[in-house]
Amino acid sequence: MTLGGNGQGTVVKLTKRDFVSDQEVRWCPGCGDYAILAQMQKVLPELGIPREKFVFVSGIGCSSRFPYYMNTYGFHGIHGRAPAIATGIKVCNPDLSVWVVTGDGDGLSIGGNHLLHAMRRNVDIKIVLFNNRIYGLTKGQYSPTSEFGKKTKSSPMGTVEMPVNPICLALAAEATFVARSVDRHTDHLAYVLERAARHKGVAFVEVFQNCNIFNDGAFEPFADRSVKDDRMVVLEHGKPLIFGKNRDKGIRLNGTTLEVVTLGDGITESDLLVHDEKRPDPAIAFLLARMDYPEYPVPVGVFRAVEKPTYDELVNAQIEAAIAERGQGDLEKLLRSGDIWVIE
Amino acid sequence: MGEKTSAFTTVGPEVRHQIVELETVTVRFAGDSGDGIQLTGTLFTNTTALVGNDLGTFPDYPAEIRAPAGTLPGVSAYQICFSSQDVRTPGDQPDVLVAFNPAALKVHLPDLPEGGMILVNVDAFTEYNLKKAGYTSNPLEDGSLAKYRVYKIPMTTATLSALRQIDLPSKDKERCKNFWALGLVYWLFDRPLEPTLRWIEQRFRKNPTIAQANATALRAGYAYGDAAEIFTVHYRVRRAQIAPGVYRKITGNEALALGLITASQLAGRPLFYASYPITPASDILHELALHKNFGVRTFQAEDEIAAMCAAIGAAFAGYLGATGTSGPGMCLKSEAINLAVMVELPVVICDIQRAGPSTGMPTKTEQGDLLQALFGRNSESPVAVVAPATPADCFSMAIEAFRIATKYMTPVILLSDGYLANGAEPWRLPSVEELPKIELRFRTDPNDFYPYLRDPETLARPWAIPGTPGLEHRIGGLEKQHITGNVSYDPQNHELMVKLRAEKIARIAEDIPLLDVFGEPEGKVLVVGWGSTYGAITSAVEHWQKKGASVSSIHLRYLNPFPRNLGEILHRFEKILVPELNLGQLALLLRGRYLVDAIPFSKVQGRPFKISEIIDRIGELL
Repeated sequence: MTLGGNGQGTVVKLTKRDFVSDQEVRWCPGCGDYAILAQMQKVLPELGIPREKFVFVSGIGCSSRFPYYMNTYGFHGIHGRAPAIATGIKVCNPDLSVWVVTGDGDGLSIGGNHLLHAMRRNVDIKIVLFNNRIYGLTKGQYSPTSEFGKKTKSSPMGTVEMPVNPICLALAAEATFVARSVDRHTDHLAYVLERAARHKGVAFVEVFQNCNIFNDGAFEPFADRSVKDDRMVVLEHGKPLIFGKNRDKGIRLNGTTLEVVTLGDGITESDLLVHDEKRPDPAIAFLLARMDYPEYPVPVGVFRAVEKPTYDELVNAQIEAAIAERGQGDLEKLLRSGDIWVIE
Repeated sequence: MGEKTSAFTTVGPEVRHQIVELETVTVRFAGDSGDGIQLTGTLFTNTTALVGNDLGTFPDYPAEIRAPAGTLPGVSAYQICFSSQDVRTPGDQPDVLVAFNPAALKVHLPDLPEGGMILVNVDAFTEYNLKKAGYTSNPLEDGSLAKYRVYKIPMTTATLSALRQIDLPSKDKERCKNFWALGLVYWLFDRPLEPTLRWIEQRFRKNPTIAQANATALRAGYAYGDAAEIFTVHYRVRRAQIAPGVYRKITGNEALALGLITASQLAGRPLFYASYPITPASDILHELALHKNFGVRTFQAEDEIAAMCAAIGAAFAGYLGATGTSGPGMCLKSEAINLAVMVELPVVICDIQRAGPSTGMPTKTEQGDLLQALFGRNSESPVAVVAPATPADCFSMAIEAFRIATKYMTPVILLSDGYLANGAEPWRLPSVEELPKIELRFRTDPNDFYPYLRDPETLARPWAIPGTPGLEHRIGGLEKQHITGNVSYDPQNHELMVKLRAEKIARIAEDIPLLDVFGEPEGKVLVVGWGSTYGAITSAVEHWQKKGASVSSIHLRYLNPFPRNLGEILHRFEKILVPELNLGQLALLLRGRYLVDAIPFSKVQGRPFKISEIIDRIGELL
């Protein structure tokens, strides 16, 4: 494959710098978005895809400024609609690596419908949802992922809304790739982004992202380095679910529920749930997705990675099948189809 | 045109089977929406087209798929006007009403002129059906139809009797009565059965018994006309003297779909059509989905917004992106149309207008979205707007919409309506070689590439599609810096960009045909129309011209920008009348733009203008 974007067909090894645009990054200092941008710019050169084949599409919100900072093709769309724009792009040019960058408000509130349908169709696009559980760009209203009772500018007495769990939503839509990571867990984030990039089909990645202005420390109780080993569990395909600083705790499937157990006292690794991201049925992934702190460790990693035909592939296969069957369309013939008559 | 009395009042001496020649006839089929009325009308139209008449049709059906049988809201109708002369409308009033049940008679009788012919299925006039239709006595017996020529025909029993040898449940046999009636009407107007027999054979290829039943019913209806001692004459309408060429019958929606495909072929790029099902636009999606071997990608989106956004995405990727909808969908698409305005990508938006705000009357026609198309978005949002004048013109204007969209890098709104969409007329096929190519210019040269560096003539920005090395750039809904396309909040730049976007659309006026005045170039009354009112206006104006009155007309197919000689023409007439199926939207524009006293002539009944209505209104100004 030809690498690089100099248009001369010569092989150029791309680097992170190739993906940095000339635009000044304008997120608040300390925002978790910087970390995600940095990991993205680190991962893309590794994929062997020429730069001109990347398209970043976004909606509205802090996260949606992302395309301006990527030196790729970019489309800053309108609120919530990035998956629809991306679907149009991908169907028309399946060669492109099409990414959607969205947030919890953009993707799950105003754009919930498009997110759902892009996932159930299995359009081969990569969706990264920055979840900071708050509206940042509009300065601090609660979002669809804000916890029940959260006090914000628009909920001074606390919200009376149940939050939505993005991973559960993606699994319900039967997205073929569903994963989660954390802005500050940079290596893990890079791993998850690369896995998403290499997945054929829709990839949905939730990133816990800290908004240090309006919702600072939202994920600290479990994601902070000092506690994360005990309060988070990393999902790894084919491995039992073990966590804890001392690797002494695990997750066991008991009937239809998951439970936290301590290894020893007759409980061994073989009693634990072994993670299977390729399992066609998303039911266990759904159980995992529902684990939340403090009752459970918060899971990160790849919940699901299965293969199914992609929407763009199927659409284009029908075009080819129609041409194979009926021949390339003949306009003269088309216009003359049906009953015609001649006036001399 | 039979405004007051039917053309049939001139029938000659009553000799059995004498053929009487007529110039123009209007027939209306009416019955339950489950009676197959639309099919019956369509098949009659196909045959009529094949025998060489000029014609116009008007399908009129309820929004409910199957409203309760026998009720007034459940009545479906199909009107066709055919002639040996020019036909521009489906006819003001039917000369012949074929009523399959009492409800159909009740709904449509008011439109029938004195002396008009009524063919009723007498079998359907049961006490139960009469009651459902709200009749307290049987109109066939109480003398209330005395001023019409009523033929009481046992369509159901005759159909059942014709099909007695065929092995089908009688319920299925009964459903063949529309073919029986069609056969009778074919006899009445001396039309051949073969085109319909061919259609039956093809359509029911997999069900030969049904095919046989329908064909038998059709023939039996024809034979009934010939043998029964009911009709003393039948009629002939000669071929129309129309321009030589190859013709087919076409509806507006079919023509629009073919136009979009043709544009894609002329441009050498595939079509991507994204749409959410909505009446009366869905047929465009259905038609396009059939033609995948032309590279047409159809996308049934999750909603109207997604359809518009996906079309924008397709345009960004270098396809011909289009979407189609009706008024409620236009509301939902507005924000995304504005995105296309800002990112300056070519997208064609087909608005098949329907009646009323909100859900309104989905199956009825109106021209209420003109101002919405021009102004229905936040801030200064110029888009090009075109409107076909006839069903066949939808073909040309679809191509024109894409020519403008791609040359000027702009969204283009095409305003059709329910009347054009479902109405049919003969269409003289264009020669494909003679259609002008649509030249697309994709930017490939990375030297001095700036996303918003405009073509000095058209002010179009470059179309640089993803996958092109060296042209990586970002676009979006935030205000753009002139030339670089970077995000800009600079006040002077914003004003410049607002003006550039407006100027770009304004310049299209240099690139569209000048208006032709129908009639004298100056005079007393100028009738100004746009879109689907063309046929009725032109016929009404012609009526006055034949009487020597000083009446001319112009018809706008370009609503934004207007043709550049519009103002000059307006000022050459004493009075300007603007018939529109809305409360005066074009009139408002003409008054605002040209300071002329444009007089609105409005109709908002979900129905097109009758020629006579416009004739009368012009008369008041003379």
